[in-house]
Amino acid sequence: MSLKKPEEKLLVDGKRIDGRKPNELRKIEMEVGVIPNANGSAKVAFGNTIVVAAVYGPRTLHSKHLQLYDRALLLCRYNMAPFSVEERKSPGPSRRSIEISKVTRLALEPAIFLEEYPQTVIDVYIEVIQADGSTRVTGINAASLALADAGVPMRDLIVALSGGKIEDTLIIDLCGKEDNYSEADIPLAFMPRNKEITLLQMDGRLEPKEVKKILKMIVKAGEKIYEEQKKALRGKYEE
Amino acid sequence: MPKKVREIALPGEVLGSTKELKGGAGTFIEDDKVISKFLGVIKRIGNHVSVIPLAGVYVPKRGDKVIGFVTDVEKVGWIVDINSPWQAFLSLSEAVDEFVDLRRTSLTRFYDVGDVIHTQIIDVRKGDIQLTMKAPMARKLKGGVVIKITPTKVPRLIGKGGSMIDMIKEKTKTVIRVGQNGVIWLKGENVEKAIKAIKMIDKKSHIIGLTDEISKMLSE
Repeated sequence: MSLKKPEEKLLVDGKRIDGRKPNELRKIEMEVGVIPNANGSAKVAFGNTIVVAAVYGPRTLHSKHLQLYDRALLLCRYNMAPFSVEERKSPGPSRRSIEISKVTRLALEPAIFLEEYPQTVIDVYIEVIQADGSTRVTGINAASLALADAGVPMRDLIVALSGGKIEDTLIIDLCGKEDNYSEADIPLAFMPRNKEITLLQMDGRLEPKEVKKILKMIVKAGEKIYEEQKKALRGKYEE
Repeated sequence: MPKKVREIALPGEVLGSTKELKGGAGTFIEDDKVISKFLGVIKRIGNHVSVIPLAGVYVPKRGDKVIGFVTDVEKVGWIVDINSPWQAFLSLSEAVDEFVDLRRTSLTRFYDVGDVIHTQIIDVRKGDIQLTMKAPMARKLKGGVVIKITPTKVPRLIGKGGSMIDMIKEKTKTVIRVGQNGVIWLKGENVEKAIKAIKMIDKKSHIIGLTDEISKMLSE
């Protein structure tokens, strides 16, 4: 939760800083197969947030002591490019990116049939090219598409979306400024078929009632993201 | 001109209930529903449904005939890269019929690092893959060109009863060996044209009427 005061009002007459309604998504663009060398890859853009994900594997894991005898190891790396934010981010892993890498792995793991590829590794690389809020959920969406594109057996695709609260109004799909000054924000990832949640974090303060309401809002808007994901995957094989 | 495309399934897509459908390869069952595991082409035969993935790595199966590269020579055999996440092992007894005195002869006399071999898988045990050279088609492949395609598309390349691959062989007058692991070995004068056709099949495997398209391309 940020105690800083924003320079401008985030909500004017029920309209947000970029002209959206509280339950409106930004413009979504998804493309599959953007990196030819990878087994699977995807580019996802939510407004100004652009993320590229690449999946390599299942392939041999060349540190034998890390091999799991009965299933594959899933390795995720979330990384922000130095030029992705306004003030240059120093390259390399940070406390924040290590944490996001871990929660991304935990969000993806339940969807994958890891037991079909014992002693191997599946590498997922998530690169944030341009950051404007909600980068971790955009990364999870991109990783889900890249895994499907790589031909990895999955129980379901993973849909992720963020929600939050500004000036006592519940909103979804936070942009950079809203992210900085929001009273609370919730990234959520779930498998749309059975609505099983695989990632749920919260930053800030919310009433239990509000949490329930915001989760409903996210899951409802998530259907639209799911449709976009399906369209992107089918789009690769249609001319 | 819009081309006809085969029916495509997505991971997590419900294909039907277990009451009327039987789930085959590429599917799993959850709460009486048959669900696809892959992004792939749906294949329906009677009430039997399976999904053939459009991408993915090669998963070795017993009896598969594969093309591999020798990557290391060990004491009593060779390590072979068969284009899958796991390494394969070819033991001396499965490779050579005669008696070999290990004190006097080096195993590199038979196969050396860098050799390309057409071989068969005799056993798969969770990441431990055994090969044999005792199958009739097994041999060392000398010269030629090696290319790789998506392993799941090998059946499409071969075609019904070998129709597709026979057509390519005939029209380009090339010797072609196809490994089920997606590795293809070619030798002949018209190799480039054959490679072009194979790459096209790899890219457009989900389109209906591909055989005619390939035949047209090869006749040019």
